[in-house]
Amino acid sequence: MKPTRFIDLVPHIVLIVGVLIFAYPIYVTLIGSTWDSGTIGRGGLPLWPGGQGAANYAQAWAGEAGDRAMYTPVRTMMLNSLVMALSIALGKIAISILSAYAVAFFRFPLRMAFFWLIFITLMLPVEVRIIPTYKVVADLGLINTYAGLAIPLIASATATLLFRQFFLTIPDELLEAAKIDGAGPVRFFVDVVLPLSRTNIAALFVILFIYGWNQYLWPLLVTSSGDMETIVTGITKMIGTGESANDWHIIMATTVLAMLPPVAVVVFMQRWFVKGLVDSEK
Amino acid sequence: MATVEIRNVRKSYGPVEAIKGIDIAIQDGEFLVLLGPSGCGKSTLLRMVAGLEGITGGEIAIGGRVVNHLDPKDRDIAMVFQNYALYPHMTVFDNMAYGLKIRGIPKAEIRARVDRAAEILELGRFLDRRPSQLSGGQRQRVAMGRAIVREPAAFLFDEPLSNLDAKLRTQMRVEIKRLQDRLGITSLYVTHDQVEAMTLADRILVMNHGVAEQIGTPLEVYQRPASLFVAGFIGSPPMNVLDGRIDDRGGAVLLPGGQSLPLPQPRPTEAGRPVKLGIRPEHLAVADAGFVIEVELVEALGADTVVYGRLPGGEALLVRMAGLPSCRSGDRLTVSPPADALHLFDAVTGRRLEG
Repeated sequence: MKPTRFIDLVPHIVLIVGVLIFAYPIYVTLIGSTWDSGTIGRGGLPLWPGGQGAANYAQAWAGEAGDRAMYTPVRTMMLNSLVMALSIALGKIAISILSAYAVAFFRFPLRMAFFWLIFITLMLPVEVRIIPTYKVVADLGLINTYAGLAIPLIASATATLLFRQFFLTIPDELLEAAKIDGAGPVRFFVDVVLPLSRTNIAALFVILFIYGWNQYLWPLLVTSSGDMETIVTGITKMIGTGESANDWHIIMATTVLAMLPPVAVVVFMQRWFVKGLVDSEK
Repeated sequence: MATVEIRNVRKSYGPVEAIKGIDIAIQDGEFLVLLGPSGCGKSTLLRMVAGLEGITGGEIAIGGRVVNHLDPKDRDIAMVFQNYALYPHMTVFDNMAYGLKIRGIPKAEIRARVDRAAEILELGRFLDRRPSQLSGGQRQRVAMGRAIVREPAAFLFDEPLSNLDAKLRTQMRVEIKRLQDRLGITSLYVTHDQVEAMTLADRILVMNHGVAEQIGTPLEVYQRPASLFVAGFIGSPPMNVLDGRIDDRGGAVLLPGGQSLPLPQPRPTEAGRPVKLGIRPEHLAVADAGFVIEVELVEALGADTVVYGRLPGGEALLVRMAGLPSCRSGDRLTVSPPADALHLFDAVTGRRLEG
């Protein structure tokens, strides 16, 4: 027993140290959001909670005038971020599961050409095509709209590939059995493929929701009014250019609030997420 | 219930011809086994009947209706797959009911049909379970249940027992036979297992390289194999095959070792012809005169014993004897076959010499 215990101990220590390194900045943020701006401004932030928490969060949430500036209320930004992240996650899943279904289950001319076309878009990150994309979205009059925020980010090669790989593990016999049972392509998709993909969809939803929530460059470009601000761009806009002091207590409260939805998604979907990644029983 | 007619059916993949013209008419209620080694085209032929493979040439008719261009669902067939192909996310009930649901059959009737099938297959207790909660044999039964509830014109089985262990396979084999007797539905059954073929079939179609080597009842195939291939494929251990020549008077076969075995019927017209002589191991018995073999290996199987012997000329000779072994390796043994147990094949084409 003894040597095993010792061997168990080492990875635990490494893990604990790792957790501390990751958790410390979050802890500082959390603490910072409970003090007044003066305490933080003096650079002497204590490591224990202060008494200003409720007031700071209320102020950030409602967007009341801060000590020095006006902000878009967090509730508006959270709503915008939520709509954008959900649209991106659900849109990506819907588009990619359908295109993967086509590529994996149907034989049509240029099938592989289409597959490779989707595949090579993996090599083009959003930033590379951002100027033409902006032009298209602007010409369509989608600046400062939810559609403009979400649609350009929906096409997804990664999710298509993941679904395709999963579909290839569905035995041919299942498709053949369904054919003999009389199921056409749509029925097979709805009755068999979709239910079998549940855990994959859940895992992808978690990844894509966080991807959507954390979008920065695109929302920055495509929104100009405060009403359409997302929380990630909102936070950076709160941090001034150095001409004035920052309302760190409000910024930290906003940051903590910004973390909550992704954390909630991970916590609630964790079981499905892990299942989707490790499930071998198809 | 219906007949299934396969008329000069061919299948090509590009320049490769996988099925080279198969002709067979399967009677209403008949159990036909397609038997052959892997790659012989038996599964392809079955899948062509099912509509899962296109037909390059010829015609397939089910119940008198040519189905070449019909979708699988319109052919009135049900298929049982080797890996069962159950829908993993559906309960046993839903698996069996799915095809009926799609066909728009009323719920009450679906319930009745599934319950009846579940009763026949003793699946009643499992209707609410998922396939992953069942054993291999139970999954196999669900797959058959899915076929039964359809009440099709024909059952198609694609090596349905290959994924089961030996004991379960024997048990399921008996169940399939009983089921088919009871339901009387025309069945096509693909297997590479000769025991399955012999026990299940009304007739066997032995295939090799995309051609039908022989079509016949199990006993015909065993007693009068139409070719060397069939002779070697049916029977365990396989038939002994020796090179020989019909003697100048046509009354006996001469073997290189100098033995001469009299033919049951003289063949004067074939005097001097080189032949292949086939003798089943179970037809060789210890005798005063005949083949002298040196015993190399003895396999005691309990009910019988397989002796691996070698003739003086170096050819291997298998002997299967009832009961426990009476010899050991290194012994010399004299064995001989009865005259009517000799099979003669053309030395070049491998076809049986009739008569």
